[in-house]
Amino acid sequence: MKVLVTGISGTLGRLTALKLLRHGYEVVGIDRRPWPDAPEEIEIFQADIRKRPAEDVFRTHRPDAAIHMATVTHLVTQSPDRMRVNLYGTRAFIHHCDSYGVKQAVFVGRHTFYGAAADSPLYHTEDEPPMSAHTFSELADLVAADLYAGSALWRYPEIATSVLRIVYTLGPSKHGTLASFMHGPNVPLIMGFDPLFQFIHEDDAAEAIVSALAHKLHGIYNVSGPTPVPLATIVRAAGRRPLPVPEMVFKLGLGRLGLPYLPSGAIDHLKYPIVVDSDPFQRATRFTYQYDERETINSFRTAR
Amino acid sequence: MLDHLFPVDPEVAARIEALDLQFNKFGIDPYGIDKNDLTRFVSAFAWIYRYYFKVDIYGLDNVPSQGRAVLVGNHSGGVAIDGAMVMGSMLLDAEPPRLPHAMLDKFIHQFPGASQLMSRTGQFTGNPDQAKRLLNAGRLILAFPEGARGTAKLAKDADSLVGFGTGFMRLALETHSPVVPFGFVGGGDALPTVANLKRLGRLFGVQYIPITKWGLLIPKPTRFQLLYGKPMFFEGTGHERDEVVGSMVDQVKERIADLIRQGRQIREKKISEEDLVL
Repeated sequence: MKVLVTGISGTLGRLTALKLLRHGYEVVGIDRRPWPDAPEEIEIFQADIRKRPAEDVFRTHRPDAAIHMATVTHLVTQSPDRMRVNLYGTRAFIHHCDSYGVKQAVFVGRHTFYGAAADSPLYHTEDEPPMSAHTFSELADLVAADLYAGSALWRYPEIATSVLRIVYTLGPSKHGTLASFMHGPNVPLIMGFDPLFQFIHEDDAAEAIVSALAHKLHGIYNVSGPTPVPLATIVRAAGRRPLPVPEMVFKLGLGRLGLPYLPSGAIDHLKYPIVVDSDPFQRATRFTYQYDERETINSFRTAR
Repeated sequence: MLDHLFPVDPEVAARIEALDLQFNKFGIDPYGIDKNDLTRFVSAFAWIYRYYFKVDIYGLDNVPSQGRAVLVGNHSGGVAIDGAMVMGSMLLDAEPPRLPHAMLDKFIHQFPGASQLMSRTGQFTGNPDQAKRLLNAGRLILAFPEGARGTAKLAKDADSLVGFGTGFMRLALETHSPVVPFGFVGGGDALPTVANLKRLGRLFGVQYIPITKWGLLIPKPTRFQLLYGKPMFFEGTGHERDEVVGSMVDQVKERIADLIRQGRQIREKKISEEDLVL
């Protein structure tokens, strides 16, 4: 079975590709970025998912399944075409799947879809609407991409489409939203708030994606690992020092005074939890995580 | 969070240990309750519960010792001392101890500190999805159907009841949970509010700021009566018409009014414990 992975050169893309290979799949990848030391069994095309060369890969390789990971995260990149990559990239992916006979499509999304607020419940279920797009405009394109991918479920019912809303990944690569946030030795937090954070080892996340493919999932699924842990506890366990800053000062100091650059909408994500219920995914795939909460944080802390 | 603030009371620690909760490797339960924070906070609170106030509790056995249930009662003071005392009775007097999850007003989680403390002790913003999930997990929910209108009662009305919301009943019906009514008496004496400042409250992001007889928002040491009635069971799906649910709510409201009446009589020593009909 041939699987095409978009965004293959990213951390999660690479891990997923390697796992697919180990499970006996044939792997083809598309990414704007190179993956210099990729295994030679994996054919990689350096192309933009929105452009003609990417479509040619679909046309000539005729993959049986495709995994879309070519979306840009909300906190790291501020490039002006991020929104276009996320929205038009997702559209191109779904169109190509339809045009070139792809039987299975997996869209890798994020659990931040649900948004964080003082009155949002713990353990969001997949039917809940996104509540953050209005307070966190930087997240709007990712929310829209998720909903757009979900629309493939009724627009192309013959393709087994699954939308995965995966919690923050953490691991030795030190990549990802949570890892970048804990980059330095001191991690600024908002004084008086300590939200639960849900994370999964990056290796487990890749395994979950492969498992969604293997079980031909059709639908929208939350994907999580161990039970959530308060942010300050994570920061301490990661060998960093939590530095509680009053909200007013935090807002004024964003991008200055050694504070990270964060869009102001991200502040709610540092005050309130986003915790998802992944029972349907577990039931459908029998997926179990290999790394518990402490092992996951340790793998991040001890990575060089 | 509370490591340096409060010392641990060994008896409280043993009771927290006896709670039916699953903690992960960091001592956190799936809903974010922190064992260490809970122990320290309840240790400090135990002193207030036992020595500053005094609570005469009747019918504690009426609260199921395990499994889902909705505790429903009255507000009787400018701030929710009643809720705190119910918490105290369940954590410090009930055998085995249980941790009720109160359904809080939204404003509480908007305050720094309060948000963190409430999150680590399992107290969430009142939200039907959240409550349903907790009940289905066999937890105990604490609801005050009078809401903020209930805490806003002035001292002279402390033993009366204002309009009840129906959310708790729909929740109980949908999750097939028993409703345990309780009456709380004495809140009006601990914190006799004579006025509520609404405009000033809005400045601080709350509905009102209560003003007591002595001005300050400090309750005086008081003896309270807390009466738990027999569990009430209702049949339904939770999707009935308002009139149907309303009449069930009225039954609970009447029961609570009766418990308050008896509590008042026992407070005034007009009847004794043997006369109570719980």
